[in-house]
Amino acid sequence: MKKIETKQEYLDYVDQKSPNSPILKNCFNAFWVGGLICSIGQIIFDFCKYKGFDDTSCSTIVSIILIGLAALLTALNIFNKIGKFAGAGSLVPITGFANSIVSPAIEYKSEGYVMGVGGKMFTVAGPVLVYGISTSIIVGIIATFFV
Amino acid sequence: MNKIGNQTIMFSNPPYILETSSIVGPKEAEGPLAKYFDQCLEDEFWGEKTWEKAESKIIKENSNAVISKSGIPATDIDYCFAGDLLNQCISSSFGLREINIPFFGIFGACSTFVEGMSLGSVFIDSGAAKKVLCATSSHFCSAEKQFRFPLELGNQRPPSAQWTVTGSGAAILSNDNIGKECPRITYITPGKIIDMGVKDANNMGAAMAPAALDTLVTHFRDTGRKPSFYDAIITGDLGYIGKEILIEMAETKGYNIKKNYNDCGVLIFDKEKQDTHAGGSGCGCVGSVFSGYLYKMLNEHKLNRILLIATGALMNSTSSQQGESIPGIAHAIAIENL
Repeated sequence: MKKIETKQEYLDYVDQKSPNSPILKNCFNAFWVGGLICSIGQIIFDFCKYKGFDDTSCSTIVSIILIGLAALLTALNIFNKIGKFAGAGSLVPITGFANSIVSPAIEYKSEGYVMGVGGKMFTVAGPVLVYGISTSIIVGIIATFFV
Repeated sequence: MNKIGNQTIMFSNPPYILETSSIVGPKEAEGPLAKYFDQCLEDEFWGEKTWEKAESKIIKENSNAVISKSGIPATDIDYCFAGDLLNQCISSSFGLREINIPFFGIFGACSTFVEGMSLGSVFIDSGAAKKVLCATSSHFCSAEKQFRFPLELGNQRPPSAQWTVTGSGAAILSNDNIGKECPRITYITPGKIIDMGVKDANNMGAAMAPAALDTLVTHFRDTGRKPSFYDAIITGDLGYIGKEILIEMAETKGYNIKKNYNDCGVLIFDKEKQDTHAGGSGCGCVGSVFSGYLYKMLNEHKLNRILLIATGALMNSTSSQQGESIPGIAHAIAIENL
């Protein structure tokens, strides 16, 4: 190995020394777990439809059930294990959003219900909300004036 | 006591490490060093309501344990040097608020244990103190909460990430050995802050390795010793990646440490079985591995001369979010059976 003189040389060397995440395996697990979660959602949706609910109600029921399940599994210390295995597969569907709100709520309960649970609940989900809502407002304005 | 070379201190009457004690959490208790620790906890809360309280209890109980093991009354201990990873070092100050020993709170991130032992040795050899207590702790859950994400969040850790050790190490340094045979601290080489521009908080080993290299090379230059002088050169906690980097970079500087070098973060966990990625980290890692494993090896004369280099990443979550790179530090102490 040659001598390292500059910071850039060191950073290149570190890059080469550090193992990469197993991307193929991660993608595969994310794909099938994510697909499974969405399929469960679809089953609930179809079942509600069969019971005579309209489309909007069916979507709402699916969201409520998946959020409820994810919150329950988070509290039971199971969701983090699923997340570790599936990565984006459990993170991207609405289950990941529920997990990102419930987990800080549990973690910061020790700081009280106001500044702990209340104040820290959105530390992880906050950016998603801010940029999600901002984007929808911009899209809404564009749609109102140009479409 | 006098300074030799650029930054090393040689003790005229090397302080004795009279006694050590270690407590570790349940995951560490499943690791390869389990049998060397004094106490292994069954759960991470240890009967407390918060992670922070649990960590305070760990350092408190461990400090009490080392005092009672040594047989010295607490009132005979002149000063205490302690620190940890939590903001403003609350584990140490809360845990030791009832111990009634003059207290120096120190912060050197994961290098805190050796920093405390270095300062304590100088106090002893200068005559300012006869007995000194050094202690550190870290807790996986409180560290995750402060530096990363809530524990229940379903995210993935990159393979270069290290696992914060739940545990504590404590040692009593003394100017006399009260009739016991015990290892002594002969040299200390306090390190400089070295920043090679690594920004990835999930790759601490790479961020700290240059600091470890600088201290290692300086120690050999200052003392005139060679790597082969030591039975073991131990860093804490570069982990697997940092360990490899240090070996290779030391070689380019003309020091071959391959044969007798290891790292506390590598020793404490079984990487394959315990899913700890790049190895252990945290103040409690080098603290518990030294107090548990290495001290016993020294006492049993399986090791007679070791160079312990504790490394620290001097960052916090704000500096990381602001895109700052991670300054590293490494302090070395030579411990020998004379």
